[in-house]
Amino acid sequence: MEEVLKIIGKYPKEEASLIQILQDINRKYNWLPKEALEIVSKEIKVPLARVYGVASFYKALSLKERGKNIIKVCTGTACHIKGAPQLIDEIERKKDIKPGETSKDKNFTLETVNCVGACAMAPVLILNERYYGFTKPSDIEKILEEEK
Amino acid sequence: MKKLKSLKELSDLRKKLEKEYNNKKEIFVCCGTGCRANNSLKIAEDFEKILKENKKEIPVIRYLKKTGCHGFCEKGPLVIIMPEEIFYCKVKEKDVQEIYEKTILKNEVVKRLLYKEPKEKKEIEKYKEIPFYKNQFRIAMRNIGKLDPFSIEDSISKGAYLGLEKALKMKPEEIIEEIKKSGLRGRGGAGFLTWRKWEAARKEKSDIKYIICNGDEGDPGAFKDRSIMEGDPHSVIEGMIIASLAVGANEGYIYVRDEYPLAVETLKKAIEECRKLGILGENILGKGHTFDIKISRGGGAFVCGESSALIRSVMGKVGEPRAKYIHATEKGLYDRPTVLNNVETLADVGAIILNGGEWFASFGTEKSKGTKCFSLVGKVKNTGLIELPMGTTLRKIIYDIGGGIVKDKKFKAVQTGGPSGGCVPEALLDLPVDYEKLTEAGSMMGSGGMIVMDERTCMVDVARYFLKFLLEESCGKCTPCREGLRQLMAIYEKIVKGEGKEEDLDKIKKLSSAMKVASLCDLGRSAPNPVLSTLKYFEEEYIAHIKDKFCPAGVCSDLVIYEILETCNGCGACRRICPVSAIEGKQKELHKIIEEKCISCGSCYDVCPINVIIYKKKELRNG
Repeated sequence: MEEVLKIIGKYPKEEASLIQILQDINRKYNWLPKEALEIVSKEIKVPLARVYGVASFYKALSLKERGKNIIKVCTGTACHIKGAPQLIDEIERKKDIKPGETSKDKNFTLETVNCVGACAMAPVLILNERYYGFTKPSDIEKILEEEK
Repeated sequence: MKKLKSLKELSDLRKKLEKEYNNKKEIFVCCGTGCRANNSLKIAEDFEKILKENKKEIPVIRYLKKTGCHGFCEKGPLVIIMPEEIFYCKVKEKDVQEIYEKTILKNEVVKRLLYKEPKEKKEIEKYKEIPFYKNQFRIAMRNIGKLDPFSIEDSISKGAYLGLEKALKMKPEEIIEEIKKSGLRGRGGAGFLTWRKWEAARKEKSDIKYIICNGDEGDPGAFKDRSIMEGDPHSVIEGMIIASLAVGANEGYIYVRDEYPLAVETLKKAIEECRKLGILGENILGKGHTFDIKISRGGGAFVCGESSALIRSVMGKVGEPRAKYIHATEKGLYDRPTVLNNVETLADVGAIILNGGEWFASFGTEKSKGTKCFSLVGKVKNTGLIELPMGTTLRKIIYDIGGGIVKDKKFKAVQTGGPSGGCVPEALLDLPVDYEKLTEAGSMMGSGGMIVMDERTCMVDVARYFLKFLLEESCGKCTPCREGLRQLMAIYEKIVKGEGKEEDLDKIKKLSSAMKVASLCDLGRSAPNPVLSTLKYFEEEYIAHIKDKFCPAGVCSDLVIYEILETCNGCGACRRICPVSAIEGKQKELHKIIEEKCISCGSCYDVCPINVIIYKKKELRNG
């Protein structure tokens, strides 16, 4: 958990830094382990309950361990009417995961995101940091093949 | 980079940079999020390599710029050659060498990469002659696409901080007067007069005041703020400094959505460079004013776009709104006077101060002045980001700029204002778009998202989509919003399955009116808008779901069944696209859908080139 202390060290030790710190930890580990929350609480002197409250409130923060690869399907309005639900169904069929779930082999986590602002290329799928525009259900298998 | 100590030093630097940067041959490679997804960074890299390798061959200094979003994302990646303004779209890596050899070295145009006008199939060479751009007028997005957002020098050479130069010579009251004359209203959607906020905060006595830029663009289908922050961060910073001069603030925050990582990068760099040049920090340009900006990253919560929730989030707390007995301009962040403005609003400010409030007010309608950015997306041919004078009709936006509906299908509605807005039907296409007119039509301006819907969009499903969105995003603090959404959602789940009853429509209206009155914040108060506007303009679709148990758009999969007609020519397009392999047939022979396997997703219907796939009512098992 030394990494956690390193992350905390980058910010002023005050409540205003809480969200930024949790985001960095989330990025580092792909989720927020309990021990990390305890360290944050102690270091910046914010009660653990409040740290937990923030961690559970914001969608970008995860209290569940996530897979190695994060699939995000944009479910903004433009993506919705251009077929985002069909993409989610297809991923569900291929990997047996619903939004918010992680595959048994811990390889993939499926998440939905409320608009990434790339609406002109709807529907959009993001695998880790890479954006895929104009995605069709029949493209899913190939896209997921790339990250194994 | 040397710190500038006076206004004169800034204008000297500008003159030097103008000479150095402008009127040179330049290659713009669009590196907005959209074009990046289509590999534009690699294209820029390849150009860079070629330019480096051929340094001797090139007679004049040529610049390569990785610019912000040009707006025409659908045609990306975009490459523009300046000063000739030659516009290339859908550029691939293999085209780079050819563009270099022909266009850069010999001034020849590569015809196949030009934009083709869809109606007459004519190629258009120049950027400004393309209908998508020709019909626009840009103020907030004045410099996006023309400059490298990671370079303050490039921005200064294109006019950044000219407005600030002027503002530094003005009194706070004069700045506010100019904004008042401009009639500028909040571009985040609510449309509150900007000068009123500034004036109220100016009058407060406090040792600390704050300026917050709201970059939490949460409306799905809107991305103007993202493009402004990514493409011209200095226009936002300039607006914030001018606001700080007007109200006497020394600290600022830019609150950026977590989903916009590139915007965070550009803003960080821009702020750093401003500090180095003495445009931010203590004693700005030697004029005695102190102001600095911090970036605060959001956590992916829609409600944080609401001002009181946003302020709590900046303080590191859970983003729950509070009742607004006291305005933020009185007691906002850390209980100090706080001005909260939208990204686009602030991007307008510099241009208004520079050109005068009257100039800005000469565009637009009686109560909505100036221009407005919209993201035009959905089932429209030219999707992308546009800026237009207020009062432009929906028809002009969708047909002249947007080029009409994809595959020339029938227009059904345009959704504006995100989850707080509504759907505007065909009968209102000649509606001039401004704050008042959209509200009258049961929708709202919101963040400027315009999602065009065609005959294949089910309005009941759209309403259900927004309910699901809001249900997830409601913070749960007040009961009408939390429970009202849950109950509405339950009714809609029944309707899309064909289990709805006629009295449900009454229940929807009653629940909605209670939420409108009793919710704590605007999220809950405006949540019924998508429901009520679809019910008002598209009641017959609701009736079809409830009475006929049929979805006229073919979207609600429990109510429709797909079938291939005998005139099928066996091209196999549907067979290849079917995600569950439910279509059988040999090439050039009649294809067939296997009913047990079919999930009624409609992929085949949309892909069929000769329209021989139809959908009809599915007979429900229980009658």
